[in-house]
Parts: sequence; C-alpha cells; structure tokens
Amino acid sequence: MPILYSIDLLLVAACAWLAVGLAGLVAPRNMHLVAKVLFPVGAAIGLAAGLEALFFLGEAPETAVLVIGLPTLPFHLRLDSLTAVFVVLLGFASFGISIYAAGYFRQGEGASPGLLCLEYHFFLASMLMVLLADDAYAFMVAWEGMALSSFFLVTTDHRHEAIRRAGYLYLLIAHVGAIAILLSFGVMTGGAGDYTFAGMRAQELPPFWASAAFLLALVGFGAKAGLVPVHVWLPEAHPAAPSPVSAMMSGVMLKTAIYGLLRVSFDLVGTPLWWWGVVAMAIGLVTALFGVLYSTVQSDMKRLLAYSSIENIGLLAVGIGLALIFHAYRMETLAALAMTAVLYHCLAHAGFKSLLFLCTGSVLHATKERSLGKLGGLIHHMPWVAWLALLGVVASAGLPPLSGFVSEWLLLQAFLFSPGLPHSWLNMVVPVAAAVVALVAALAGFAMVKFHGIIFLGQMREPNLIHAHDAGPWERAGLVWLAFLTVLLGVLPSTVIGLIDAATQQLLGTGLAGKVAEHGWAMLAPISPDRASYMPLVFLATIAAAVLLGRWLVRRFYHGRLRRSDAWDCGYFFQGPRAQDTAEGFSQPIRRIFEPMFRMERHFPTVRDEQPYYSVKVEDHFWHWLYLPVARLVEWFSGLIVRVQGGRIAVYLLYSFLTLILLLLVARP
Amino acid sequence: MSISGFIGQLFAIVLALALAPLLTGWVNQCRAWLQSRSAPPLLQPYYMLHKLFQKDVVLAHNASSLFRTAPFVIFACMLLACAIIPSLSTDLPFAPAADTLALVGVFGLARIFISLAAMDIGTSFGSLGGRREMLVGFLAEPALLMVIFTTAMISQSTSVATIVETLAHRDFIIYPSLAFAGIAFTMVSLAENARVPVDNPATHLELTMIHEAMILEYSGRHLALIEWAASLKLYAYSCLGLALFFPWGIAEKDNFLGLIGAIPLLLGKLAVGGFALALIETVNAKMRIFRAPEFLGTAFLLAVLGLLVRLLLETRV
Repeated sequence: MPILYSIDLLLVAACAWLAVGLAGLVAPRNMHLVAKVLFPVGAAIGLAAGLEALFFLGEAPETAVLVIGLPTLPFHLRLDSLTAVFVVLLGFASFGISIYAAGYFRQGEGASPGLLCLEYHFFLASMLMVLLADDAYAFMVAWEGMALSSFFLVTTDHRHEAIRRAGYLYLLIAHVGAIAILLSFGVMTGGAGDYTFAGMRAQELPPFWASAAFLLALVGFGAKAGLVPVHVWLPEAHPAAPSPVSAMMSGVMLKTAIYGLLRVSFDLVGTPLWWWGVVAMAIGLVTALFGVLYSTVQSDMKRLLAYSSIENIGLLAVGIGLALIFHAYRMETLAALAMTAVLYHCLAHAGFKSLLFLCTGSVLHATKERSLGKLGGLIHHMPWVAWLALLGVVASAGLPPLSGFVSEWLLLQAFLFSPGLPHSWLNMVVPVAAAVVALVAALAGFAMVKFHGIIFLGQMREPNLIHAHDAGPWERAGLVWLAFLTVLLGVLPSTVIGLIDAATQQLLGTGLAGKVAEHGWAMLAPISPDRASYMPLVFLATIAAAVLLGRWLVRRFYHGRLRRSDAWDCGYFFQGPRAQDTAEGFSQPIRRIFEPMFRMERHFPTVRDEQPYYSVKVEDHFWHWLYLPVARLVEWFSGLIVRVQGGRIAVYLLYSFLTLILLLLVARP
Repeated sequence: MSISGFIGQLFAIVLALALAPLLTGWVNQCRAWLQSRSAPPLLQPYYMLHKLFQKDVVLAHNASSLFRTAPFVIFACMLLACAIIPSLSTDLPFAPAADTLALVGVFGLARIFISLAAMDIGTSFGSLGGRREMLVGFLAEPALLMVIFTTAMISQSTSVATIVETLAHRDFIIYPSLAFAGIAFTMVSLAENARVPVDNPATHLELTMIHEAMILEYSGRHLALIEWAASLKLYAYSCLGLALFFPWGIAEKDNFLGLIGAIPLLLGKLAVGGFALALIETVNAKMRIFRAPEFLGTAFLLAVLGLLVRLLLETRV
C-alpha cells in the first residue's frame, strides 16, 4: 500500500497551479516576479505532473472522492491509463510552453501580469481536472473553468475590437458545445440519475439512445476540437491570443476534446455501432481537407497554423472513426493500430504545433508583424527560431524521421488492413478514404513550405526587419524542449508505443505493445516485419552519415572554396524583395485548382489604373452558408421577443403574476 | 543480417551512384537520336559532374545556411531511396528501415528541402520554381501512394522486398489493377522527375520551367550534388517501377548466382526503360503548367481505379 497515490500527487499539482496563479495576485503589476519566478514554477509543476503520469501508465486505476461538489454528488476523480496519457501530454507540453512564456510576456500587453498568471494557471489546473473527472458534474465544472479561463486568455489584449469579437465567438461556440456534452451525459445516465461515470458504464443503453449520446458527444467535443462546421472560432481565436496561449490551446486544449470523445465513445457508452465510425470518419475527412486547403491560402501566420490544427483534428477524427469501425466488428488488433495512431498523433501534434505557435510568437515579438506579406529573410537574424521551426515544419508535413510521420504511417497501415472488414460496402469505401488522407498529407507539405519559406527565407520584405532579434534564452529553452519532444517521438516510436499502449489496452482490451516489443526498440513493426516496418533511427543515421560523408568526400577529393556574389538577376537588375512570391502568390495554384472551395473577393488592376493594386480576400463558405443565416434567424426571433418586453415594470409584474397562476394550475400536486 | 546481405547492400548503393549518371546520359542520347540531333557522348553527365565539382561555389550574398545544407540533404535522401529499392536483390539489410510509405516520405523530405532552398535567395524565379515544385508534389504524392496501396494490397505488405517477392512469384497473369497502377506510376514518374510533358529537363530560362528555376542560384559542388541527386532520383524511380511491374530476375536471399545474373538483366531493363522515356518525351509536347493538375489528377484517378478494381474484382477469386 503506497503512502501517496498518484492521483493525490496530481491533485497536489492542480492545487499548486492554482496557488501559483493566486500568488500572481499578490503583486499584480510585478512582471519580474510573474515571469521569472511564477511561470518557471508552473513549468516545473507541469513537468512533475507529466513524469508522475508517465510512471503511472499501465498501473491499476485509482479513484478519489473530494468533499466539494453537490451534496448528493461529490467530485469523483479517477486516474487510469487513458487519463495518464493525456496528463503526460499536458504536463510535457505545458513545461515547454510555460518556460517559453517566462521569456515571452512583457509589461504592457493588455491584461496585468498578475491577472494573466492567474488565468494561465487556472487554465492548466482546469485542464488537469477535466482529465481526472469521473462524474458528469465535476467534468462539466472543470470544462467550464477551462472554457472561461481560456476565454479571458484569448481576450488578453482586449483593447482591440477584433480580439473581443474573436473571444465572443469562441465563448459562444464553446457553450453550444458544452450544452451538447451535458445532454450527452444526460442520455448516458439512462434515466437512472446516477451521474458518475461508473454509473454510466453500468447502463446498457438501447442502440437508439446510445447513438444519440454518441452523436451529441461528437457535436459537443467537436465544437471544442474544431470539427467542421463548428470550426470557425479556431482561426479567429488563435491569432487573437498571445502566442503561448495559442500554443496551449492548439497543442493541449484541443486534445482534451479528443480525450472526451475517446472517453465517451470507447468507455462510457458501451459497445459502438459500426456506422458511428463512418460518421466520425466522414466528418474527419471533410475537416482535414477543408482545414488543409484553407491553411494553404492564409496570409496571417497564426491563422495558417490554426487551420492546420483543424486539419490535424480532422485526421484524429478519421483515426477515431477507423478504430470505432474495427472495434464494432471486434477486430481488436486493427482497432488497436488505429487507436495507437490517434494517441500518437495527439502527442505528436501537441509537440510540433506548440513549437510552431511559439515560433510565431518569437517572430511577432521580433518584428511586430503577423502578416506573411511583410516578413521574410528572418533566418539571418533569427537562426535558432528558423531552424527549430524547420523541425516543426517537417513534422507537421508528416515527413520522416520526425513525429508527424509515425502517426501518419500507423494510420495508413490501419487503412491498408480495412479490406478485411466483413462489410462489402465499407471494404470499398474505406481504402478510398485513404486516398483523401494521402492528399491531405501532401497538401500539408505545401502549407508548411509556404509558412517556413515566406517567414524565414528569401529577402526581407520590409526594411525594418533588419532590427529583428533572435529569441531570448527562456524562449529558446522552451522551443528546444518542444523540438526535442518532436525528435524523440519521431525516432523512438516503439518505446513510446510501449508506454501509451496501456491506454489502448484499457479502451480495447488488446494492444500493440507485445508485437512491437518483439522487434526491439529500434524497429517499429506493429504486425510483423514482413508486412511493414520502419526504423527511424537507421533512417536518420543514414541521412546524417550521408550528409557528413558527402561533405567530407567533396572536400577531400575536390575543395571547399566559396565566394560570395550578387544573386543572378537574369539581366534585369530590379530584383528587389517585391519580386519574390507573396503569401498570396505562393498559394495561387491552390486557389486556382480548388476554386469552388473558397469564397474569394479579388481585385485585379487594369491598365488604366493610376495606382494599380491587386488584392485577394479568401473567406470561409460556412460563414455565409451556415452562420449568417442562423444569426439572422436568432435576430428575427429576438425581434419577436422584444414585443413583449416593453420596458415598463407594471407589465413585467403582470407577466410574473400570470406565470405564477399558470404554474399553480399546471403543477398541482 | 548476413555478411553477403551487407555486401550486396553496399554494392547496390555503389552501383546506384555509378549507374545513375549513365542512365541520364543514355536517355539524353536516345532523345537526341529520336529527334535526329547529334548526340552528346554517353558519359557526358560524368564530365559535367567532374567539372562542377572542380569549380568554385558562387553564393548569393543573402544565401543562408539552409541553402548550403540542402544539396547534401537532398543527395542523402536520394541515396537512401536507392538503398531501399531492390535493384539486384531483395536481400537488403536497409530495407526494413523504411517501407514503401517511408519511401514516399523520403522523396517528400527531399522535395521540401529543395523548395525551401529555392525560396532562400528571394529571386522571382526561385520562389516560382519552389511553388510549382510543391504543386507538382502535392498532386503526384497521393497518386504514388495509391499505386503503392494497390501493390501493397496484392502482396499484403508494404515492405518493398515482400512486395517484389510476391509479385515475382505469381503466375504470369496480367492483373487489371496492376495495369492501372502501372500507367499511373508512369505518369507520376514523369512529373516527379521533371520530364516532358510536365517539365522539360532541356530548358533554361523559360517561363514554364520548374526544376531548373529552383536551382538557378546553385553552382559548383552544390549544383553537382543536386544534378547527381536528380540522376539518382530517376534511377530510383526506374528501379521502383521495374521492381513493382517487371520484378522477374531480381535475386532473392542467399542466391549468389541470381545476383550475378541480375546485373546484365538490370542493365537491359534500364536501357529499355530509358529508351521508352526518351520516346515518351519525344512524342509529347510540354503542357502548360495549369494542365499539369489535370494530368496528375488523371494519374490519381487511375491509381484509385486500380485500387477499386483490386477490391471489386480480384479479391473474390
């Protein structure tokens, strides 16, 4: 019997985060205290929580009951392997982000430092509580805490109207989602009134109600994760928030929604039906394709990354769908393959997307510029950020030997097995879905080349960029940590799968660890080496050796002479920075090929223009197809309500009186 | 890992390094014959490489470290690709390091580096080339993956060695799915290797160029490495195509005689393949850049069709 349970230690971590947050209020204007003391302490707590969860993986679940909560329903908490995987994600990602934030936040950016510290650490603590919650009430309280604290973080710089609007939109969609989640929990209690997760697990729901619960959960968690069509808040909120907050929201908070979806569909609701998987996969495919196409045409670097997050969430939904289909047909090994891909991609995305968002933060600080059209050539002044961003870019494009490739590889392997399904129609459709995944992965490469090439390479598009400076030591440390995670997840897949396999086993009953461990830590062969294998370390070592050997041989047999000169200008000497591709120019092929997917407003210059200019504005179709009609409907409806709202107190008293009489009539005992 | 396997692996790499420029020279010579021009010497690519390695590198003032690293990375990627693809024997110790999906990843990695390097100097041609290369890339990569999916479904494996062994051991029947996949693969290879009708390797300073636009700023040893890597890529694609669609004659594990027999066979197959490439390039015209999506979209559809044919017709047998 251990003296301290892991769950207690994690609770201590949550409390410590709250305490760090409150400590910020002691001296709310003292930036030095907040940045150089409190944020590093918060980072250390994150690392400790992550390590604790890492060592917990694979142990028997622990539960706890807190004395707070409703009189009949105190907070139930539970730590199992699924929770632990996501706590590892939260802890390790937040360590890097908090360290970075210690160098990032400066005086005079919107909210006061103390308040920022409170909101930030409250956000962290509530995400931890979301993961630990074991009853619907505790879950919803933590979920709301997470939504509210992140809303305040998004609106840190609340003096700008655009940022206030982005925050409002975020809050609105978060609450629509929360209502759906609440209803889903309500359905899952099956009318028994037991709101603990254990009670929900015990319920045997009829298929209709189980499906209703799943679909509500898909809508609710989808709104938080950014599935189409409830994705619109993401590209607004991410650019509005300070970069560490964007990183935290994109890297970690979106994953809590994935956690919720996994928890409901594989744990709470009982045996899944096969068509749930088809629904999840279809929505995921649409989301992934939509996200990646829009990310290629963005001109704002943080919006580009936000749409890329939508794409990644789409891929996760595809993986969940595939796992659901296999699980429904009791093909547990294949379900485990897809599930491993999902969990792996959660970890990978948390690493590389946080890294990229933090890189945009450094660029933003160095240049005060977020628009791609005014950046360029920053690799000369910011080599650290540029090279670390390159790691994130390669991982995000899903290329070997970094983390993004491993999860994509696992997902494609899972797709390759789908013809074994006992359903002929699915047999045909599912491999074709793999074609869409392949297209999405290739387009992600396009978006990432645009991101890195336009920001860091080429000539500087604005003269004031020469004053750009590299990231400071704190920022650099945070970036290096996240880049380290990205590389580690890329080159040690077998070890990582062995660790997260406990969660797969918990959800599905089987895992991949046994098969993967057979071939040692260097080789990843989830089924057998004859079927498929991947050895990232050999891969990396071969490329590194070839690069070094090639360099040495060239110098040995020839020479290493080099001289500098002007770039070749093709005889036309006005080769200024304006001759390069702009962000709009780079994505012109995509806009042309996928024209119907975008809503564009373009202005072309004519020969007679005194001051010719070209502009293009790409908008989301969903605004015009879905959101504006709904908004108009709501407005029309509230117009009707205004008629009974005359503003005279006597009339309102009459309403109360009538309601009372009505209630007495209806609600007679 | 056996000693003979290791020697075979080294031999395959050395052979790729040595043969790749020869293949490029052969294709150029065939093209010249078919177009009734006087042909350059067969060994011209080697002279070119030697000359370029001897020359000084002339680097633009604002070239960054990425620009100087990229040629080595691209070269290393192509070398790895050649090491994985079975040209003579399927007994390759490196083969488990990367299956066909990772192979597509290797090509993707090289493409990202060359596109970024093209954008590094900040000239209009460079970024234009980088953008077009990524355009061709994101259209060709899914088609290539679908071709690989088709072969992987036939052999129940994504490991290159297993695919080749399965395909080589089947009875000689023409799978309709493989026919579709073969056509799609040919189209993808043309695009990926910057060949007519998508790009023209013989052009300099045309507004339609892709590959040449990206490497305009390279010189000396960097250019030599990139040109060599381009040859290696052509060699890798040729060997992959031969291994997937004409796998007969590739030696299997511990078959030393087969290995010796495989060398002339490979040379013969490459010669025929190179001639076919020159023929395709001669009878086709270079298409406008915005016809390329249609071309590669067709390849993608054909590959998906091959996959569907495989799932619909061939699995029931």
